[in-house]
Amino acid sequence: MVTVEVRVSLKPKALDPEGETVKRALHRLGYEEVSDVRTAKVYRIELDVDDEEEAVELVDEMCRRLLANPVVEDYEIEVVE
Amino acid sequence: MVRVAVLRFPGTNCDLEMAWAVERAGAEAEFVWHEDGGLAEYDAVIIPGGFTYGDYVRAGAIAARSPIMEEVREFAEEGRPVLGVCNGMQILAEAGLIPGTLTVNRGNRFICDWVHLRVERADTPFTGRYREGEVLRIPIAHAEGRYYAEDPDRVEDRVVFRFCGPNGEVDDRYNPNGSVRGITGVVNREGNVLGMMPHPERAAHRLQGSEDGLRLFQSLVEWCRG
Repeated sequence: MVTVEVRVSLKPKALDPEGETVKRALHRLGYEEVSDVRTAKVYRIELDVDDEEEAVELVDEMCRRLLANPVVEDYEIEVVE
Repeated sequence: MVRVAVLRFPGTNCDLEMAWAVERAGAEAEFVWHEDGGLAEYDAVIIPGGFTYGDYVRAGAIAARSPIMEEVREFAEEGRPVLGVCNGMQILAEAGLIPGTLTVNRGNRFICDWVHLRVERADTPFTGRYREGEVLRIPIAHAEGRYYAEDPDRVEDRVVFRFCGPNGEVDDRYNPNGSVRGITGVVNREGNVLGMMPHPERAAHRLQGSEDGLRLFQSLVEWCRG
């Protein structure tokens, strides 16, 4: 079995309203040091395959077909186990 | 009699008023559960609003990849009309049946409000009873309704509805969610698939506060009658 983590985030130039809201909330808590907040979503996916390369290939396909919207999002894939 | 299929997915919740508006416009509306299919016998298909699959992944993403959407694609390829409202528009965009994408509102809030829309195209199966440039009053209710297109110039001729002021002014002041160029209704190249974030079914009787949405359904029914 191979476990893979996928991190889907908005492209750097895309507006991130949730990140903006969190930034303002952190400022309200007194963290003036916070200059930017970007959000991301992480999926932890377990696959019944033995080969890591095959797992990454499959997850890459999943990202293109469902998990990420290529117009506004980027994704990164990492084998964790 | 014109027969319209109103699709239901887990989490659809604007189906009843959608069917009511269709019937008010003189057609017969039938609910079709996404696992059942059988769309070929209908004259038009409508994907109503809601929160299909809990808006997981992205609003509309999971419903857009369910098997019935292949049927919807074939239905559309035959030139028959498909309308997606609110979550229905998000599903059409996720399925690639209309150009562009919908993402989180500028301001990060769910917005439920009355807005004004300018009709940009009166030559679609859904807008024959409107005049180009006409201003409509129809409500919106969404959190992920900010329309985005990488190259807005390329979708300009597909725009059917745009947020505007009471006199048709397109200005950022009248853009509730930050949609690019105020775009909130677009069609595919052929013009027979329309996605729109505003809810015409919530403005189809004067007791709802506006009757401006009713003509969209009347246009559709008339178009289906040929």
